[in-house]
Amino acid sequence: MIGDAISHSVLPGIVIAFLLVGSLESAWMIIGAGLLGVLTTFLIEFFHQKGKLQTDASIGVTFTWLFALGVILVTYYAGNAHIDQDCILHGEIAYVPIDLMYDDAGNAIGPKAVIVLSVVLVVILLFIGIFYKELFITTFDPDFANAIGISSSKWHYLLMGLVSLTTVASFESVGAILVVALLIAPASAAYLITQDLKWMLLLSSFFGIVSSILGYWLSYLLDGSIAGAMVTISGVIFGICYLVTVLKK
Amino acid sequence: MIHHVENPALEIHDLTVSYDKKPVLWGVDLTIPNGALCGIIGPNGAGKSTLIKSIMDLIPLNSGYVKIFDKELDEIRKKISYVPQRESVDWDFPASVLDVVMMGRYSQLGLFKRLRKADRDAALSALEMVGMEKYAKRQIAQLSGGQQQRVFLARALTQNPEIYFLDEPFAGVDAATEKAIIQILKNLSEEGKTIIAVHHDLQSVETYFNWVIMLNLRLVASGPTSEVFTPQFLEETYGGKLTLLSEVGELVKERGFHAREKQ
Repeated sequence: MIGDAISHSVLPGIVIAFLLVGSLESAWMIIGAGLLGVLTTFLIEFFHQKGKLQTDASIGVTFTWLFALGVILVTYYAGNAHIDQDCILHGEIAYVPIDLMYDDAGNAIGPKAVIVLSVVLVVILLFIGIFYKELFITTFDPDFANAIGISSSKWHYLLMGLVSLTTVASFESVGAILVVALLIAPASAAYLITQDLKWMLLLSSFFGIVSSILGYWLSYLLDGSIAGAMVTISGVIFGICYLVTVLKK
Repeated sequence: MIHHVENPALEIHDLTVSYDKKPVLWGVDLTIPNGALCGIIGPNGAGKSTLIKSIMDLIPLNSGYVKIFDKELDEIRKKISYVPQRESVDWDFPASVLDVVMMGRYSQLGLFKRLRKADRDAALSALEMVGMEKYAKRQIAQLSGGQQQRVFLARALTQNPEIYFLDEPFAGVDAATEKAIIQILKNLSEEGKTIIAVHHDLQSVETYFNWVIMLNLRLVASGPTSEVFTPQFLEETYGGKLTLLSEVGELVKERGFHAREKQ
């Protein structure tokens, strides 16, 4: 649920970064969105602990409010061709190959989304690889982690910062709404069929890749939205995993 | 009656803790001797778990301080182990028994270090101590309540600490597990380790613990079991709580306190 909240509430961060810097430079948007993501996590925790609100209510209030703020900002500056609701909410993966990144000499070095997402991928792999045990212990038993001197809130915010990073790096391609499905569906499917955390991480990546590839071909066949088809496939994978676990019992 | 000792393992001075401006622990001041096997008893909502959590610095203190072996918590964390309430974690979490037990070794590893064979061996021998060596590969979701509690104790054992804090280690466990756990705790106590556990069952206090802390928002008594586990302090601790009062009544009757009071 926090992934869902973050994917929506990063919107004002993106827009504010765009307004301040005046360009759609990915680095700035990622920083803006990353800050908003951490702020969202912080606000959710704050309302939950200081305001005595249930977690779901706290999530609901925080992200809808920030998202609404983002929508107002986007529509207010809708005159600009580069940033509009449609692009942010739905994304368009078909534009990825033509949105190139250039080096200083002006030569194209590759599609922007591919480069940005590759960097994000490396950052995430390194983070999980190096800090696996800290993430593991603070997620499973925050009290025990705190008791032995591993701050669970610090790791929670770092993890949520990375979720924001992933979300904003992906939203240009699949949009702020469908990115939620890609965050949650492959992982949920993996959760159903394995009880080993390392396998779960590998399997959910695998399901994500399969959803992307099959989804692309599905949309090619149907001549429909690519992102929509990808999420449909990930939903189907989840359904199959669910059936498998039910039949096993 | 609050029995103070020299060179205590645990010293709590004037501790006050509150939730939402409502105090849940009020002016607690006590010392526990080194090597004590100590039970914290008191009615529901008396602040037993809160006391343990405030010792572990998991909740903010309004006033007072806690010292362990005359040191601040941060200086001595590696010598302390904490066993949270079993219900405080999600047992459906994707982890094996060995994964959880090895968490006890994280404090000694520090950042960037990976678990080694020595950590694995330590975890396996801790599992052996609690009689769970056969379950090392088992997923934690498949454990019974008693087995979960044994896993938590094994995790604490791998830290090889000097002092243990256990939050309701006997809650919802089977009789065999309870017996096994108290035997381990007694052995540790004989080795000179200090153990402090939240406990509910008044019937077993005298056989389990040699030191008792009696709590009901404020500290009613702290001292050797033989001196403070008396009808007078029990009534003072549980007074007004009807169901518990009858339990105390049962206990008093069973032990024939009536006769002595009449004399």
